[in-house]
Amino acid sequence: MDLSAIDPQILVASLMVASTPILLAALGELVVERSGVLNLGVEGMMITGAICGFAIAVETGSPALGFLAAMAGSALLSLVFGVLTQIFLSNQVATGLALTLFGLGLSALLGQGYVGIKPPPTTDLNFGPLRDIPVLGPILFQHDAVVYLSLILVAGVWAVLKFTRAGLVLRAVGENHDAAHALGYKVVRIRLLAIMFGGALAGLGGAYLSLVRVPQWTEGMTAGAGWIALAIVVFASWKAPRILLGAYLFGGVTVLQLNLQAAGVAIPVEYLSMSPYLITILVLVIISSDRSRVALNAPASLGRTFHASS
Amino acid sequence: MKLMNLMAGAAMALGLAAPAVAQEPVKAGFIYVGPIGDGGWTYEHNQSRLAVEEHFGDKVETVYQESVPEGADAERAITQMALNGADIIFTTSFGYMDATMNVAKKFPNVKFEHATGYKRAENVGTYSARFYEGRAVQGLIAGRMTKSNIVGYIASFPIPEVIRGINSAYIHAKKENPDVQFKIIWAYTWFDPAKEADAATALIEQGADVILQHTDSTAPHAVAEKAGGVITFGQASDMAEYKPMPRVSSIIDNWAPYYIERIQAVMDGTWKSDDTWDGIGEGMVKIGEITDAVPADVKADALALKEAIASGEYHPFTGPLNRQDGSAWLAEGETAEDETLLGMNFFVEGIEAEMPQ
Amino acid sequence: MAVVLTMIAGGILFAVLGNDPLVAIRTIFWDPLFGEFAFYYRPQLLVKGAPLILIAIGLSLGFRAGIWNIGAEGQYIVGAICGAAVGLAFYPLQSVFVFPLMVLSGALGGMAWAMVPALLKVRFGTNEILVSLMLVYVAENLLAAMALGPLRNPDGMGFPGSRNLAQYESADSWIAEAAGLHWGVVAAVLAAICAHLLLKRHILGFQIRLTGQSRRAARFAGVRPNALVLFCLGLSGALAGLAGLFEVAGPSGQISIDFNSGYGFTAIIVAFLGRLHPLGIVLGGLLLALTYIGGEIAQSQLGLPAAAIQAFQGMLLFFLLGVDVLTNYRIRIGRTETA
Repeated sequence: MDLSAIDPQILVASLMVASTPILLAALGELVVERSGVLNLGVEGMMITGAICGFAIAVETGSPALGFLAAMAGSALLSLVFGVLTQIFLSNQVATGLALTLFGLGLSALLGQGYVGIKPPPTTDLNFGPLRDIPVLGPILFQHDAVVYLSLILVAGVWAVLKFTRAGLVLRAVGENHDAAHALGYKVVRIRLLAIMFGGALAGLGGAYLSLVRVPQWTEGMTAGAGWIALAIVVFASWKAPRILLGAYLFGGVTVLQLNLQAAGVAIPVEYLSMSPYLITILVLVIISSDRSRVALNAPASLGRTFHASS
Repeated sequence: MKLMNLMAGAAMALGLAAPAVAQEPVKAGFIYVGPIGDGGWTYEHNQSRLAVEEHFGDKVETVYQESVPEGADAERAITQMALNGADIIFTTSFGYMDATMNVAKKFPNVKFEHATGYKRAENVGTYSARFYEGRAVQGLIAGRMTKSNIVGYIASFPIPEVIRGINSAYIHAKKENPDVQFKIIWAYTWFDPAKEADAATALIEQGADVILQHTDSTAPHAVAEKAGGVITFGQASDMAEYKPMPRVSSIIDNWAPYYIERIQAVMDGTWKSDDTWDGIGEGMVKIGEITDAVPADVKADALALKEAIASGEYHPFTGPLNRQDGSAWLAEGETAEDETLLGMNFFVEGIEAEMPQ
Repeated sequence: MAVVLTMIAGGILFAVLGNDPLVAIRTIFWDPLFGEFAFYYRPQLLVKGAPLILIAIGLSLGFRAGIWNIGAEGQYIVGAICGAAVGLAFYPLQSVFVFPLMVLSGALGGMAWAMVPALLKVRFGTNEILVSLMLVYVAENLLAAMALGPLRNPDGMGFPGSRNLAQYESADSWIAEAAGLHWGVVAAVLAAICAHLLLKRHILGFQIRLTGQSRRAARFAGVRPNALVLFCLGLSGALAGLAGLFEVAGPSGQISIDFNSGYGFTAIIVAFLGRLHPLGIVLGGLLLALTYIGGEIAQSQLGLPAAAIQAFQGMLLFFLLGVDVLTNYRIRIGRTETA
């Protein structure tokens, strides 16, 4: 055993990279759930984003265009979910699961010609001398643009939800769609927009996986990341800043586990892997048991179908 | 229910009648555990299937089904191929073992070939490759090439197949470089690009400058390329897109000669159940091109080792060797028996990592 | 109508991939039922459909009452682990008691796993959707630990996975393999009948339906919501656990690392396809089983990629869910007009 082999600052830096896909997807899903919609199709949207982004980046040679295409592609896919659940009023849970199934199949079809190709490289942003600051340098200033974008998005979503009128409307729709409707807000339109935003971020997360973190295209490459994103939203109790904490915790457990193994520490891998989920349940229990903190709880209309006729 | 049994009986009769007609092409079925686009294990099986088609032309017809889950679904997929007149069916994952045996019982006249298993019957043969021979060559290159003396190993599951590979690589790395140290990560997956990438990152961060992998995706290569100065080896498939650096060589599963031979045997009516465990010598394990990133003398030694293994004059597990706990395993000059290798559940002396329980 | 729409859209998809769409569609929907080898595929429909139906029946009761158990996958896994552990503990003893004991422990295992979200909901008001979903991941990790650890076959040369229970006579859940009949099929049929009777004739069924329509009204009618939560989650967990047990003791035969193949999630779709009616669920389960089996045939016979089948299934579900609600909607509007 040689724990000194683990360099904490490099560990944190690689943890940030490893957590970025789930962070983005979870952030998108947070907005969706805040609007009162439960979309279980994150996995399907992520993988669709992974292939859309990869294909476009390879064809155009530009990772930036790839990321944009990934967002567009996944947003389009999420619109299928949106139309079905919001306009045709189908059940959200079932439709979300169907979306995952469809996304996995579709991505594999689209990706048939892209196996074994290397994507154009994504460069790290150059912060010049800032890179070399001890400790903070590797952690904060040696990443690519998407990592920073994800952090900015976290702050942005937090600010919009908390301080702006749009955020207030979104939360109102999620808490009580009937009341929001009575106040004259277009519940369905707001939710559709939220769903598309969630799709776009999930796609961005997927593309980060295929363009930066792995970087290559293989069928089924998200391997359950979308489901973890769902867990993170719950863990974060629908608060944007906590998404960051949750994503780094979930991503961190994997990275830490692998690092400990490499250092020669014998650990029960499966039991360690379950721990974030158990922690999430614990968090849920704590926030739901305390009445005074009921504001932290799940959006009241989560998963319920809204029908404007009444 | 009786009627059903009767009908099942009729199906067997049908299966019985199929291979008799000489003019008909022989139908070969393949059951894959992953998608054919996985770039590793299933990809190579499918390449070999295509080689079979090329070799026999009109005389053979192949069918395949990909991403077949192990268990009940596998049994149905195999049965379905047998029903549709397949003469020989290759089931290419360990987890298909019991399903293959069950179906084989119902179709005594269809031949079955199960990869990496240990159960056989009249009409069920098994085949696997001595990948550990290739690991020996990798170990040699790794031992000579490493500057940090730390070799990272991304392992999948603690099963004999994987443990054999680790031991073989370690023995030959150690022979070249007494200071070499192996860091082993058990990924508990055969295929999860993101996790493999993370594992490679963790190993590199802890000083490894050589990464060996027993998982199927090319993700570790991509990570190594980005890190720079780290070398990797292709697993299952050549992974040539990462030549000449970081991928300096590879172990290629070359099933084509075996598939061609067995299908030929079915055509000739000489097929018999057996247990095939072939290595470099028979061509089932191929060493992918050693690139120029490897110094010429190392390359020459690696090729010499490969030749010695191929000709049978050298066995990668030759004594003196001790188990990890220090107890004696092989005496001077003694070579390991296949029996021991097949059930290998211990590390050899010198490896520091603990075997997971 | 949804099926027709899917056929058109799917046909276009298959045509783009260079296959004859008519042949592909016929292979998926016709061949398993009436093709040359239908005698084999029809029983397989039962094998594939039974766990889906069994789980979906349990889920539908809760769904009707607005209690959302979406962690059936986890309960399915735990049921299989518990049941298999009991069976393996008795190995190689031959006794008529082994199988009933396994069934019992499978049901209890699944129920215990479902009681976690149930008790948390009753005690703390925790959202059961999320807790049951989280427990799926915990169960998956538990499964891997079991397959590599305590339940590993000692004669298995160190490979992960348990002994094959289908080859252990006392633990075998097959009744007649060629007919696709195992105890899980029997249980699915029984569950459907019982659920039907429960909903139609029993006071509990009335309470479930009432709670689903109006929680307040239900409370006035004397429904104890907490008891209902415990009942619905417990029952659906037990049924999912049973489905897992029957699968591990029959068609699958052993606990392996990826023993679960998504039945728990697919069953949710089945429950909605069947509009939460027991009979509808039986049909929905069989329809999905049909697309699975037909899809497999299309793969090996026509060389369609597995991905195309998956996309096709997803499309079918979209259309079914969409159209299904359309018809519901029309009925509802009709009602308001007459009222």
